[in-house]
Amino acid sequence: MRVGAKIVPFGGWLMPVRYTGILEEHHSVRNNVGIFDISHMGQLIVGNLAAAGWLNTMLTNNIDKLEVGQGQYTFLLNERGGIIDDLIVYRIGEQKFLLVVNAARTDEDFAWLNRHLPAVEAVAAATAREIRIDNRSADFGGVAIQGPRVAELFHALFGEDIDLPPRNHIVELGFDGTNVSVARTGYTGEDGVEVFFRAQDAAEFWNAALDKGKPFGIKPCGLGARDTLRLEVCYPLNGSDFSPERNPIEAGLGFFVDLTKPNFVGRKALMKTKENGSAEKLAAFRMEGKGPPPRPHYSIFRNGERIGEVTSGTLSPSLNYGIGMAYVSAPHAKIGTRIDIEIRGQKFPAIIEKKPLYKKS
Amino acid sequence: MNVPDDLLYTETHEWIRREGDNVRVGITDHAQSELTDVVYVELPKMDRQLNAKESIAVVESVKAASDIYAPVKGTVVEVNKALEADPGLINREPYGQGWIFVLKIDNADDLKQLKDATAYRKQIG
Repeated sequence: MRVGAKIVPFGGWLMPVRYTGILEEHHSVRNNVGIFDISHMGQLIVGNLAAAGWLNTMLTNNIDKLEVGQGQYTFLLNERGGIIDDLIVYRIGEQKFLLVVNAARTDEDFAWLNRHLPAVEAVAAATAREIRIDNRSADFGGVAIQGPRVAELFHALFGEDIDLPPRNHIVELGFDGTNVSVARTGYTGEDGVEVFFRAQDAAEFWNAALDKGKPFGIKPCGLGARDTLRLEVCYPLNGSDFSPERNPIEAGLGFFVDLTKPNFVGRKALMKTKENGSAEKLAAFRMEGKGPPPRPHYSIFRNGERIGEVTSGTLSPSLNYGIGMAYVSAPHAKIGTRIDIEIRGQKFPAIIEKKPLYKKS
Repeated sequence: MNVPDDLLYTETHEWIRREGDNVRVGITDHAQSELTDVVYVELPKMDRQLNAKESIAVVESVKAASDIYAPVKGTVVEVNKALEADPGLINREPYGQGWIFVLKIDNADDLKQLKDATAYRKQIG
């Protein structure tokens, strides 16, 4: 707050939408390095005995592929294949997993997983009791440090001889007398890390990172820049681009669903979608020519017929034109399709583009 | 926050400068700082007649679109075309090059409904 942030409610938390300005913060992440407070994100720990086998029936990606210290992007689905949440699961022990989930869905995810614990009658009673799910969200704070100069800042914080974890891996490192977890992940399309620490150490770590980051041009960044950065690289946002009525296949994220697994919640529904094809697809688009930026819920037309609706939209600070994502009827989701976006009663031309919309040159 | 003494203000954060039978209108320093980076301005149509508090233009930041309202009854006689190429003028010079439109007012008495600088300062705290 001391840096003059504009604060808004988000997922039950009070979060800064910006510190100085969205554009400035955005460019600092693309060109140098930026730091985001991600303390709002939820942390669930699933562990003991049969955790891996059971969790693999709850999530779409295959956690058998994870070695200890490795993470993967995955989905938690309902029986209809709809998305409850998208998350990163890290294997932090042979039978112990850290789930980093969306703030607004933490309680729902926790309740859903608990409801689906194996019934005592179905398995050996000892096994059922031994799977433990802990909601540790209140105990952890976190920051994302993102941008091309992240490696320099990492070494300034943790020591020149400490190695960055490989992409999607998580390591535990010492920092000023305590242990913190550092994952090579992010939500910006830039190289970056996400650091989790005890909640009481949050202010200290934040200040240390800002201080050590000064020579690299670090800027504190809010939700506004987080949104423009993720949208340029077409990372979806749950609640905007996902809902319990949308599945990962329509969203174009089948890569994170392992249908060869014999069983997971939502599998049957996804097999059906795969067979029949989905009626709509989540497509990326860009505006052509000068016009207002696209926004969520604007209608999309082709030859006068309504074919879809924008789920995320903004002016791209890196590309300097309007961009967005939208569910459009499948035949019109092809790259190069010309569409019109209705903004305040007027139609503006746009074109379906390949994902990601922004690529580092 | 800069609130010049010689201007009038609305509750919805427009500023008004009297120029004979016309008023020049923009958004206040406070408003531009709340909106942050303005990236698009939808200007009013020339010759459009409006009532006070009628939505007349749209200012869009990266995050959101905000309506701009006619401060008094009148007719649009000038719009700031420079904002089409450089909407950031609103952030850099909210009371200068960042003006949005000029209204020919119907009745000068209507201006009495508007706030002076002291009242507007009180409103934004």
